[in-house]
Amino acid sequence: MTNSWVDIKNADLILVMGGNPAEAHPCGFKWVLEAKAKKKARLIVVDPRFTRTAAVADFYAPIRPGTDIAFLGGVINYLLSNDKIQHDYVRNYTSAALLVREDTGFDDGLFTGYDEAKRSYDKSTWNYQVDKDGIAKVDPTLQDPNSVFQRLKTHYARYTPELVERTTGTPKASFLKVCEAIATTAVPDRTMTSLYALGWTQHSVGSQNIRSIAILQLLLGNMGMAGGGVNALRGHSNIQGLTDLGLLSHSLPGYLTLPTDGDPDLKTYLEKRTPKLLRPGQFNYWANYPKFFVSLMKAWYGAAATKENDFAFEWLPKIDGAYDVLRVMELMSQGKVNGYVCQGFNPLSSFPNKEKVLGGLRKLKFLVTIDPLSTETSEFWRNHGEFNDVDPSQIQTEVFRFPSSLFAEEDGSLVSSARWLQWHWKAAEPPAEAKGDLEIVAELYLALKKLYATEGGAFPDPVLKLAWPYRITKAPAPEEVAREFNGQALADVPDPKNPGAFLVKQGEQVAGFGVLQADGSTACGCWIFAGSWTQAGNQMARRDASDPSGLGVTPGWAWSWPANRRVLYNRASCNADGVPYIPTRKLIWWNGTKWVGNDVPDFKADSPPADGMNPFIMNGEGVARLWAPAMADGPFPEHYEPFDTPLARNPFGKVLNDPAARVFKDDWKAFGKPDEFPFVATTYRLTEHFHFWTKHARIPAILQPEAFVELPEGLARKKGIRNDDMVVVKSKRGQIKLKALVTKRMPTLTVEGKEVEVVGLPIHWGFLGQTRKGYITNTLTPPVGDANIQTPEYKAFLVNVEKA
Amino acid sequence: MALETQDIRLRSATTMESAPSARSFRPEVAKLIDLSRCIGCKACQAACMEWNDLREEVGTFQGSYANPLHLSDQSWTVMKFNETVIDGSLNWFIFKDGCMHCADPGCLKACPSPGAVVQYANGIVDFQQDNCIGCGYCITGCPFDIPRMRKQDGRVYKCTLCSDRVSVGLEPACIKSCPTQALTFGSKAEMTELANHRLVDLHERGMAKAAVYDPSGVGGTHVFYVLPHGDRPETYGLPRDPSVGAVVTFWRSGVARALGVATMFGVLVAGILHYMRYGPLEVPDETEGKTGKEAQS
Repeated sequence: MTNSWVDIKNADLILVMGGNPAEAHPCGFKWVLEAKAKKKARLIVVDPRFTRTAAVADFYAPIRPGTDIAFLGGVINYLLSNDKIQHDYVRNYTSAALLVREDTGFDDGLFTGYDEAKRSYDKSTWNYQVDKDGIAKVDPTLQDPNSVFQRLKTHYARYTPELVERTTGTPKASFLKVCEAIATTAVPDRTMTSLYALGWTQHSVGSQNIRSIAILQLLLGNMGMAGGGVNALRGHSNIQGLTDLGLLSHSLPGYLTLPTDGDPDLKTYLEKRTPKLLRPGQFNYWANYPKFFVSLMKAWYGAAATKENDFAFEWLPKIDGAYDVLRVMELMSQGKVNGYVCQGFNPLSSFPNKEKVLGGLRKLKFLVTIDPLSTETSEFWRNHGEFNDVDPSQIQTEVFRFPSSLFAEEDGSLVSSARWLQWHWKAAEPPAEAKGDLEIVAELYLALKKLYATEGGAFPDPVLKLAWPYRITKAPAPEEVAREFNGQALADVPDPKNPGAFLVKQGEQVAGFGVLQADGSTACGCWIFAGSWTQAGNQMARRDASDPSGLGVTPGWAWSWPANRRVLYNRASCNADGVPYIPTRKLIWWNGTKWVGNDVPDFKADSPPADGMNPFIMNGEGVARLWAPAMADGPFPEHYEPFDTPLARNPFGKVLNDPAARVFKDDWKAFGKPDEFPFVATTYRLTEHFHFWTKHARIPAILQPEAFVELPEGLARKKGIRNDDMVVVKSKRGQIKLKALVTKRMPTLTVEGKEVEVVGLPIHWGFLGQTRKGYITNTLTPPVGDANIQTPEYKAFLVNVEKA
Repeated sequence: MALETQDIRLRSATTMESAPSARSFRPEVAKLIDLSRCIGCKACQAACMEWNDLREEVGTFQGSYANPLHLSDQSWTVMKFNETVIDGSLNWFIFKDGCMHCADPGCLKACPSPGAVVQYANGIVDFQQDNCIGCGYCITGCPFDIPRMRKQDGRVYKCTLCSDRVSVGLEPACIKSCPTQALTFGSKAEMTELANHRLVDLHERGMAKAAVYDPSGVGGTHVFYVLPHGDRPETYGLPRDPSVGAVVTFWRSGVARALGVATMFGVLVAGILHYMRYGPLEVPDETEGKTGKEAQS
């Protein structure tokens, strides 16, 4: 979230699209109802299903799964063509005025630079026009045809209400009603918050869905504002912490990135990742990348990381491509993976195309699961009748199960969607032989280290030289690891502004990332967590709920990265003169000498408004990007159909699917066609369960005991299916059998003149646990991911449904 | 909870015209269920099971988000779901079912067993299963179809409004678990004020028919609702004008009592006359012997 859960209460309008917080985030959803009850806020839900969120909404509009860009592009067009944007904000704080290269363009579904054979773009034409110093050119009048603003207008002019209706199935009147409501927040003193979750990310165009809402919120001037923002509601407890700590295959902690084969040495690596200033006088905060990276290497390798050995840069793996879950499963299916360690993860249930996952797992030599529960993955080899019909005698994979503790059985911190690091304390001891994950991983590491030490190996240094400063070597304490993430000074760090004084003394915990150094004098395991465990102690354990501003900022409750800041980009809540746009919702302001306020300013504290530094300090431009040349599939979001689509052609252009989405050769035949699979399906979870965990507990099993599929009444009538009948749902990937819930809440939409029925599939059941046994829903889902980050397309695919 | 008589306002099948009531400074409590804030998450249902140590068998899907579908001796509150089209737009009525804790409780009036149903001074209507004879009259007497007989022990159970928690100053478990403040708990006066305040917001939002459901036919209730569609209580699953049934009213009325006393007196007179005419009833020896053996085994 750019803002926080509590901040939702400040909103005037709440747009829930691509999420279903009443069901997936019921506790956080209280702030939506708070905004409704106390601020007269309106709640709009756009969703393929009439959800429990829709049940308490002021307005609901249906939409076909996978057409969010068409919808949002339509809203962008509405705002631009009806002049419902916040001009001051757009001109000053976005890239609207920047000029893009003249030779960049878009034609009939493709941006310039597309290579069909590689299914990827040469993005060089997508850059800004720059002067000889590399500074981007601007036209403050926004009239230049190559200004981002004019390009935006042209691109989205095609997204007319009529075409939106034909594509999304949302009735035009409903679409326009949503547009009108959103447009009311284009004024400076009204804000809209956007709440989304996996309903936007789990698409082949997932990243561009988020880009669409970012553009929309920038045009409205809603970024950085209390009650505004683009707010990702994270799907798992601590999944925010997972991404923060770089557990994705291409990531390092704090959103640093792994080196690639193209980074032969530290210098090249850092140069490529340290952005150039694109506009004069901007902060360009990522210019500090070397400080964050070197401090990370010092945390990992301690004294072994020296200036002479490039701070152990060579010991990092050089990634040669994405190793996302889809690629790993592809490699596993090809027999190229020997072993797989599965920690707190249930791929057989969670990954798309269960048959492919099963085929991969059985080719492994060994599988390790670290989990508090007996997962389907750990029993993939066992025959569970029709639900997992395998022959164990034909599977040679050796499976090791390490029982681990649950969150309530360990101390530690969790990072919430709001970027809050909240410390928690153990409530019970883990049962029987279960151990904490830290202990399990530490013992594995020490065993490996011993093998390398005694038997040698091809490349032992990265393992042998890892710093391991924990009091009990086989059981690092959560407190020790947390202190390491925060970071400390390894030598006295002199204060450049104050000769003779020091920013931090040797051995002290750093107070924030501002003191980190690129010379090896500081260590920090995750730069964005710097400040979470300072000399003053564990900031994550703070529980002061006082809220002096009344804006839900609660600066003394837990700790929020970065720098205990609660609303990102909060400089944009003030106009160019440093005066808050909304006097009753003041986050920060310029007091004549510095930036102060109710929140921690997201800005250079002593930079006066007159100097013209802009609010989006992480960007070399200093402004927010309406045009994003780093995206894999285009600088502006464009509507493409899901890979399983009910349409023969894309109503927006000649390119049917996202042209830069990666599809493995053998997977092209895994996509369905509407003649065989006429219905559009989407998957989701229900309030009563959390993924594949809570089916192991009695009460949630009572509350939602058995698998079902939600069917529109029209479909049920056509197929002679009655409520509670047993049905078979088939996709190109496989079939499952389950009960039918015939409901008015699943829509029959009119898309390109034909009826499209939408089928809903909750995901929670499997062959283990206290509920009724069920088929794994992901038997049906397609093996394709988002073009930028490979999140699988769980939310839009084709099925057929028959009475069983 | 202990049977402190001063804490009990009404007691079933007891000729207690008025309880000792010197401790008058005891507010009536109430649970307000604001269905405009209810998201059907079933946290209340789970909390009820946890606090009261209740567990249904794991059932099957039965064609609804609701599970179980109805109240039972193991489910004292249940979320119900109902899809309705009003003026062309779809509404999903989500309803929390459970005891209303009537001011004028039909169950208590109908109960023939002394002290099996009581109403505390704070308004909570509670069943004392120790005193329950399993006749099921309370089930017939309830206008909301709440009490449920447990097959295993032949006693009747329902929501206690967590009288055990409330008596020590805690809110009921369902209130504590509700994430959206759809459930709130306090004095009836405060809750009524809150309910009326909520109506202002709902009316302003265009829900002109929003209303408070606190039916006078049962003297008002200590569990009451804000209904976004107040003109359609039946769609939620609530009776439009509930009242304590005619049979129960008759049962509890003076006429019934007089008839009962007359009947009792008649039986007594008949008995005396029978004794005077035929002498004492003689019990055959073998029956007495058999009973005695069974008692020893």
